[in-house]
Amino acid sequence: MTGQRTATATLADPAPAVPCLYRVASRREDTSDTVTVELADPDVPVPAFAPGQFAMLTALGVGEVPVSVSGLGDGGGGRARRLEHTLRAVGAVTRALCAVQPGGLIGVRGPFGAGWDVPSAAGRDLVIVAGGIGLAPLRPVVLTALAHRSRYGRIVLLAGARTPADLLYAGDLDPWRRAGVEVAVTVDRAERGWSGEVGLVTALISPAGLAPGNSVAFVCGPDIMMRVTADALAALGIPADRIRVSLERNMRCGAAWCGHCQLGPLLLCRDGPVVGYDRAAALMRVREL
Amino acid sequence: MTGTVAERISAHPFFGPLTGEQRAALAADGTAVRFAAGERLFEEGGDADRFWLIEDGSVTLDIRVPGRGDQVIETLAGGAVLGWSWLYPPQRWQFGAVARLATTAIEFDARAVLRRCDADPAFGYAALRLFTPVISERLQATRLRLLDLYGAPSQPGYRETRETKAEQR
Repeated sequence: MTGQRTATATLADPAPAVPCLYRVASRREDTSDTVTVELADPDVPVPAFAPGQFAMLTALGVGEVPVSVSGLGDGGGGRARRLEHTLRAVGAVTRALCAVQPGGLIGVRGPFGAGWDVPSAAGRDLVIVAGGIGLAPLRPVVLTALAHRSRYGRIVLLAGARTPADLLYAGDLDPWRRAGVEVAVTVDRAERGWSGEVGLVTALISPAGLAPGNSVAFVCGPDIMMRVTADALAALGIPADRIRVSLERNMRCGAAWCGHCQLGPLLLCRDGPVVGYDRAAALMRVREL
Repeated sequence: MTGTVAERISAHPFFGPLTGEQRAALAADGTAVRFAAGERLFEEGGDADRFWLIEDGSVTLDIRVPGRGDQVIETLAGGAVLGWSWLYPPQRWQFGAVARLATTAIEFDARAVLRRCDADPAFGYAALRLFTPVISERLQATRLRLLDLYGAPSQPGYRETRETKAEQR
């Protein structure tokens, strides 16, 4: 592996411009178009990513895309730290990344950006609202809260998916429920055999019986979903600065140099992707920035 | 749920905009009801002569599709109002409804409420202002679902805008 490492770049650099190569240690197909991979290096410790941070992943010979971490990365049991990413195949790069089999190589730059800052929510209820693939960047929030359960109040996870078959981490939900997470799921389109909720994810907010004065919200999904969800949570009484959204833009350098990810005054690869709704609300309503 | 219908209506935030007198009048047209899980409340095309405030539980709205059975459109949870086909002619249910879970609700006699609205325009206006936000919110939610928010290529957590835009060219 070391021989494949490039030049002097390491993931410990503040802004590595050259990817390091990691092997796919495991690969799991979550849905028909979504894959979760664990990346590891037997020789070099994988750096710690905070929940909400992202890496630039390279499909060799194809291109590079930003992808948030979807796991805590702690291998446990003496196992080396791993990087976990959930990928949805929608373009040339992600299709190539999804196709890499165990033992194959993926380039990694990172960690980049501001994360969810879960520890700052200690003592409060966590309201985690995910739409579609947005559950991937939020999974580390759930895992962090469960790893330090006594630090937090209620952990409420409200998840929306297109159809039951598109629901991510379906196998995680029952163990999370048993661990004390209040999980509610809704789908846009029910399929035969689905006996759960049907409707927009915001419909799950009122029945959850939240305590807005003592809640911190973490919201990730398509921009419109985040906007209507954050507005609904704000209308309930959660202050905008305690509603955090993860904004997706065109991250390229990861170091706030190139400006591709600029959103108004923010360079999202550095100032985001996680941003308080007090700052994000106005920016999410502008046609072009 | 405990208490009389009048007490339950007075305590429920949905009826907050009504005056005490209007709430009392509405309570006279209401009855506390329970539905077992799987029990059908009404059929598509039936006479829309009632509406409900769901207090606890969940109700499924469905539409009958030949050869495909009852297709679920939406579920309504505690705190939601079920039924507004009674408000306008032809007063027929546009969809069907089944209790998804054991459900408690207050059931209102829609014809009696309509008569009260006609006889007392102030009450009628207040009732209309109570229900139009419900209709508006459902419409907005339906419009957002029509966008198919979670379908590709939009994909939060991936930030692949550049790639997908390039592919669209």
